[in-house]
Amino acid sequence: MAAKPKLYYFHGRGRMESIRWLLAAAGVEFEEEFLETREQYEKLQKDGCLLFGQVPLVEVDGMMLTQTRAILSYLAAKFNFYGKDLKERVRIDMYVDGTLDLMAMIMLAPFQRPEEKQETLASVIQKAKARYFPVFEKILKDHGEDFLVGNKFSWADIQMLEAILMVEELNASVLSDFPLLKAFKTRISNIPTIKKFLQPGSQRKPPPDAHYVDLVSNILQF
Amino acid sequence: MAGKPKLHYFNARGRMEPIRWLLAAAGVEFEEQFLESAEDLEKLKNDGYLMFQQVPMVEIDGMKLVQSRAILNYIASKYDLYGKDLKERALIDMYTEGMADLYEMILLLPLCRPEEKDTKIALIQEKTKNRYFPAFEKVLKSHEQDYLVGNKLSRADIQLVELLYFVEELDPSLISSFPLLQALKTRISNLPTLKKFLQPGSPRKPPTNAKSVEEARKIFKF
Repeated sequence: MAAKPKLYYFHGRGRMESIRWLLAAAGVEFEEEFLETREQYEKLQKDGCLLFGQVPLVEVDGMMLTQTRAILSYLAAKFNFYGKDLKERVRIDMYVDGTLDLMAMIMLAPFQRPEEKQETLASVIQKAKARYFPVFEKILKDHGEDFLVGNKFSWADIQMLEAILMVEELNASVLSDFPLLKAFKTRISNIPTIKKFLQPGSQRKPPPDAHYVDLVSNILQF
Repeated sequence: MAGKPKLHYFNARGRMEPIRWLLAAAGVEFEEQFLESAEDLEKLKNDGYLMFQQVPMVEIDGMKLVQSRAILNYIASKYDLYGKDLKERALIDMYTEGMADLYEMILLLPLCRPEEKDTKIALIQEKTKNRYFPAFEKVLKSHEQDYLVGNKLSRADIQLVELLYFVEELDPSLISSFPLLQALKTRISNLPTLKKFLQPGSPRKPPTNAKSVEEARKIFKF
């Protein structure tokens, strides 16, 4: 019997959160080892588990996979969340890459100085409303289907929901001009595996706080 | 008959260059439409051709693809440069994502402030020597095959060799303690399609200079 995937990361969202979402959406149970000290991190590096000396690391199907996108793509394909053919896959890739660009800005913010952080967060809201959300609202409008690609639940939908919730944490009314995205949010949140993940007690991690920022800065030494 | 792929970008390497390399390596002829002014970019946006208002954009197989990774994934799959199964693809993705991290640092160098340049170059040199080159040398050493993954040419080899040339332009001494990387560079450079691409008169773009940066600032308004 295949072992459960094992995630190695800090006890927080960061670059691992999208991976947790994907596993949860697929209904796959996973284990987590949380890095709490520099020594733990250095041990992983010395043991040769980290190809480029970095986490996230996911142990899955006999592989020590690093690099967030490599892990996400592998899991998406494995769980049939990657479309039915190459043309659907490229659309999923485009949508996911756009969404990940937006989320990368949010991920960076807690580690910036207060003035930069304000600017970044303002930019996130502005880009969400002017660049990203309009695109996905239009996609949903044009095909009138429940899911972003191929009338089937895919990685693009999972990533989109994660991004929506993250932006809403910054600005609760950000979806006010996007009725189809609002409906999409409700619909995807009600998928049983996702619903479970959104409940307290799941492996979903809370937004980063000062403690998390300190922990990561100390372990990664920056 | 399907038209040739058409690349939309400005006349420089930037984020389009890895796409040029991959198409060239696959022996695929392509056309290029160069943005020469801010108005050219505005027109593409107003015509609705750029999903997230950004280039690179590649017209291929009836689609207007954006997001470099999505484009590279599509081309690699289409031309059988993406491994034979999911596990090989995961390895290729892990390797190319690491390459992309280093590539990004060098790519952004011309845009950094003059006072920061020396520090950034030192960081690139350090990461190249201690993190990235050792990782790829180790992969080649582990199986002693001619290609990074699955004993067959893949995008990982093409992208790595592009990176090796990129690093060499910055500091030719960095590759000196990595014999297997040197051998890969020679071997891949001698593939007929890449040999042709590496000759003058090909679509390969020259190193970025101050003039290119000025042009980019003008077109992209930053």
